[in-house]
Amino acid sequence: MSTLTSTNPLLQLIRRRYPDVTGKALLQSVTLPVLGIALFLIAWQLVAPQINTSLGDFPTPANVYEQAGQLWQEHQNEQDRADRYVEMQEKRNARILADNPDAETRIRPYPGAPTFIDQIFTSLKTVLAGFFLATIIAVPLGIMIGLNRYFAAAANPIIQIFKPVSPLAWLPLVTMVVSATYVSDDPMFEKSFITSMVTVTLCSLWPTLINTATGVAQVNPDLVNVSKVLRLPFWTHARKVVLPAAVPMIFTGLRVSLGIAWMVLIAAEMLAQNPGLGKFVWDEFQNGSSDSLSRIMVAVLAIGFIGYVLDRIMLMIQRKVAWDE
Amino acid sequence: MSKSHLELTGVSMSFDTPQGPFQALDTINLKIRKGEFVSLIGHSGCGKSTVLNIVAGLLQATKGGCVLDGHEVNTPGPERAVVFQNHALMPWLTVYENVELAVRQVFRKTMTKRERTDWILHNLELVNMAHARDKRPGEISGGMAQRVGIARALSMRPSVLLMDEPFGALDALTRAHLQDALMEIQQDLNSTVIMITHDVDEAVLLSDRIVMMTNGPAATVGEELTIDLPRPRNRVTLADDPEYVHYRQAVLRFLYEKQRFPGKGDKAPQASTPTEEADSTAPESPVEVKAPEPQPTSAKTKKPVATAVQN
Repeated sequence: MSTLTSTNPLLQLIRRRYPDVTGKALLQSVTLPVLGIALFLIAWQLVAPQINTSLGDFPTPANVYEQAGQLWQEHQNEQDRADRYVEMQEKRNARILADNPDAETRIRPYPGAPTFIDQIFTSLKTVLAGFFLATIIAVPLGIMIGLNRYFAAAANPIIQIFKPVSPLAWLPLVTMVVSATYVSDDPMFEKSFITSMVTVTLCSLWPTLINTATGVAQVNPDLVNVSKVLRLPFWTHARKVVLPAAVPMIFTGLRVSLGIAWMVLIAAEMLAQNPGLGKFVWDEFQNGSSDSLSRIMVAVLAIGFIGYVLDRIMLMIQRKVAWDE
Repeated sequence: MSKSHLELTGVSMSFDTPQGPFQALDTINLKIRKGEFVSLIGHSGCGKSTVLNIVAGLLQATKGGCVLDGHEVNTPGPERAVVFQNHALMPWLTVYENVELAVRQVFRKTMTKRERTDWILHNLELVNMAHARDKRPGEISGGMAQRVGIARALSMRPSVLLMDEPFGALDALTRAHLQDALMEIQQDLNSTVIMITHDVDEAVLLSDRIVMMTNGPAATVGEELTIDLPRPRNRVTLADDPEYVHYRQAVLRFLYEKQRFPGKGDKAPQASTPTEEADSTAPESPVEVKAPEPQPTSAKTKKPVATAVQN
């Protein structure tokens, strides 16, 4: 069964070497990661100018830092413009209302292109929606599979076959199905949002499903016997005994799932031209300016950092919820 | 003798294994009175736990059956509460919540919330665990957790309390404490108890009757020994009591002869494997089943009780 190791292998290494946490170990747990990052940046700085592409040299850390600031500045500028746009409309509406109190007024949203920051939030929204959908499918289904070995035997081949499928294979199908079935004059969500979300769900529900089923199947038989002696009804048994007992395993699955969801999303957005970080990367690639590679590198780092933060948040929730932490 | 409270009639059990059926129990007959404390003793693997699980309803006998108060036992139920060897408390619930899970399930229709709360606390006080009511099982010692396990079982107000080596995982001092506590509670409540044990002293000290089982496969009841010692019993004074020593010797002799000379004095002779059994009992404390091993000759000389008392 796949389990997540700590995302900080250096810390783990230190813990193995110094099981009783000494001052020395603590000092090293700070200095070694910093040293590692520094070495990486130096190597990057040295290697980058050696790599020549049709869009210029591979960006150095300095280039990337500069473009990160640039992207942030663009976002600020766009926001200012959007604010002014709305302000202008409000003023105009006020004028119209002053002339004619019965006039219908409305405010059009700012039509500018989404910035890097906007794309981050689009991606986050999509990934969370897809992950949420995957969770509410996978956890109950996993409990059913874990509780009933006939059901498990029937479901197993399907799970094994669909688990390794890449998002890129699902995407055309999902796109076509969503286009065909999600028809509405006034849609609550964009089609592109639904497509990305469903793709994320299809790819990320497996680890949660498998871990939940395993966790449920491995509940201490003594606890199951207690439940039998008490004659707990099925739902009480599932809610009060099975689910809590499986929570640590479920969370391990959820963390893997969220990691996969985030990876899948970027690929799906890139391929399907759905809004989000993946589209940002693709647009920059197509754009082909001298800054493009630096900007893509900013996106790469942002994607990595956000993935890390998402995992930390899940870990925090796990520590709150699970009884074994 | 009036109608028995709990009766096992011709209970046989065989398990399907890849090597064909395995006969674990063969024609076990047992009658237990209300308020009686019965110990099942026998070597590891002799099927003691299987008997208990059949009474609990967690296993179905292949032949024969178990009748409690005139009703046949088919499924598990709270009137046959089980105390498991490793407490089997829900690790995510507090001590109080663990007992509450049982009390709410068993008395949700017959008790008000207020009464249930009092009843939970009463049972925790019975085992001296009310002070730890908000602790999780992981935060208390094994002995304390086992007390809670007993409180949970008692809180179901069972007709029969089934205990599967309840003190087997505890150190000797904690075990003695809990044995005394159990004796006291059992006397107060007049509960019917079936306890599985490896420990000869525990069996003699606690029981009204000791049921000694032959070695498996096809284990059955070898001998029964009624322990006619007055209650309350005190472990310190009993240690020198000739009757106590006599009972102890009788159990040891049964177990010892079983182990060394399989089939002797036994209605159903089997090919038992002494080495395997010696191994499986090895981790236990020296007071237990394998204690008499160093004196292999005493089996032949069936000394009268009085001469055996000298130590």
